[in-house]
Amino acid sequence: MATTTPVLARLHGASRRYGKTVALDGFDLSLHAGQVTSLLGANGAGKSTAVGLLLGLLAADAGTVEVFGQAPGSMAARLGTGAMLQSAGLPERLKVRELLTLVRSYSPQPRSLADCVALAGLDGLLDRRYGRLSGGQQRRVQFALAICGRPRLLCLDEPTTGLDIEARQGLWQAIRELVADGSAVLLTTHYLEEAEALSDRVAMIDRGRLVAEGSVAQIRAHVSQRRIRCVTGLAAGNVLQWPGVRDAVREGDALRIVADTAEAVVRRLLDADPQLHELEVQRAGLADAFLQITRNSEQEAA
Amino acid sequence: METIAQFQVQAHSPWRSYLLEAKCEFLRMLREPAFCAPVIAFPALFYLLFGVLLNRGNPAAAEYMLASYGVFGVIGAAMFGFGVTIAMDRERGFLRYKRALPTPPGAPLLAKMVMAMLFAAIISLLLATLAATLGGVSLAPRQWALLFLVNVLGTLPFAAIGLYVGSLVSGSAAPALLNLLYLPMAFLSGLWLPLSMLPDVLSRLAPAWPAWHLGQLALKVVGHDAGGATWLHLLVLAVVTVVFFVLARRRLSAAE
Repeated sequence: MATTTPVLARLHGASRRYGKTVALDGFDLSLHAGQVTSLLGANGAGKSTAVGLLLGLLAADAGTVEVFGQAPGSMAARLGTGAMLQSAGLPERLKVRELLTLVRSYSPQPRSLADCVALAGLDGLLDRRYGRLSGGQQRRVQFALAICGRPRLLCLDEPTTGLDIEARQGLWQAIRELVADGSAVLLTTHYLEEAEALSDRVAMIDRGRLVAEGSVAQIRAHVSQRRIRCVTGLAAGNVLQWPGVRDAVREGDALRIVADTAEAVVRRLLDADPQLHELEVQRAGLADAFLQITRNSEQEAA
Repeated sequence: METIAQFQVQAHSPWRSYLLEAKCEFLRMLREPAFCAPVIAFPALFYLLFGVLLNRGNPAAAEYMLASYGVFGVIGAAMFGFGVTIAMDRERGFLRYKRALPTPPGAPLLAKMVMAMLFAAIISLLLATLAATLGGVSLAPRQWALLFLVNVLGTLPFAAIGLYVGSLVSGSAAPALLNLLYLPMAFLSGLWLPLSMLPDVLSRLAPAWPAWHLGQLALKVVGHDAGGATWLHLLVLAVVTVVFFVLARRRLSAAE
């Protein structure tokens, strides 16, 4: 793991409550240069609160928050940080060019207008009014505003919500380019495939606590099971009796099996049914890991 | 942990940002017909109607209305320009977003102030043109300049009131509440009709309204005020500015 790269921002034991609701509870997170860290969690798990603390929009009740070794929200921290919030509320009557020119002026060495347009995919939109753009186009403008100051820390709070697949992949490409230049990116997302496609590190948050952290592979390894699917005449009830099989369900012609390890079960399947075809074996994805980890943390809490 | 180079913070001049911020704020309001049309057109239409068409050549009335409708327009620009946009920006998360950006200190408020003053200048010049051409008003250059100054600086207390209202209510409720303050206050302060034409009790109540004090300053320039001391009007307006500004700042910082 490339944990030797410098830490640009850090939450340490950070807690924040709203009235009686605990949004973050002793939360730890480090953001490394040149890495995308995905923060995964259900609605209300505390993702946006963590982003708010890093941007200095909220103050922590306990713990420390540092951005480039400075207090979050200080001018030095803000100059190096780009952010895409869930709602930006940009003035609808301003043109995209006017918004970009304004936000670029805040930075000493901003990215050129042409670079912003290319990275965020804003071709032909500069002279349109922000309020007349589609939701996806507005999201891209917000992305351009987030990156126009050449931030070394980029906080993206559910950046691709409302984007179509093409726009989403364009954004992923831009994020990869920024990371290759050494920026640290914090991404909160509902889309597990997004975290899987982009992340160097994944942090899972549940009710304000960090429940798992590591590379995508490490997080997946929390779920050791394999999924097997094949078209076979074997009865689900029989297969369920085999050692190592956790679950077996018939779906039309096909049988779906969940097993601790794939190899022994596949060997036995092929022996038992020479007609077997369309065999697929899948490793558990981030989605399975996510469900498993949150379920475990719920059981611990209960 | 790394520290961002301090020289970057110092080497970069924020003046361009302040200017662009003001330009954006002005453009934004200029492109908002629901703001622009009433704020600029109403004082001009009222002046044309009462000061020119229905006036029948009374120069004193034309002078009085030049001052009073100018103040009426300026108060509207300041209260609505601040109140509605602050409420909207707060509600939609734009103020919050601005705090995450390296926006130079105070820039959003200063930009709105410049915007309100620009609208005040437009209203003032428009009324002056109408008065000088159609209204038959002739003033000394010093009087024209003073009237312009009163109008432009007169935005300050009403911007502060608008800011406070905008910090209290939602973007959709702000216009209604502002109208509820603006229109009665303008009437009770003698900005539509001279208070001498209205029941006596209204004249005695008038010093309670900030709009009356600004109206008196403008009327003093053209020699039709009620004879109050200039310093007293200025003091009241200064106190209103400071009190509402402080109240609004407190509301806005507590909102998070």
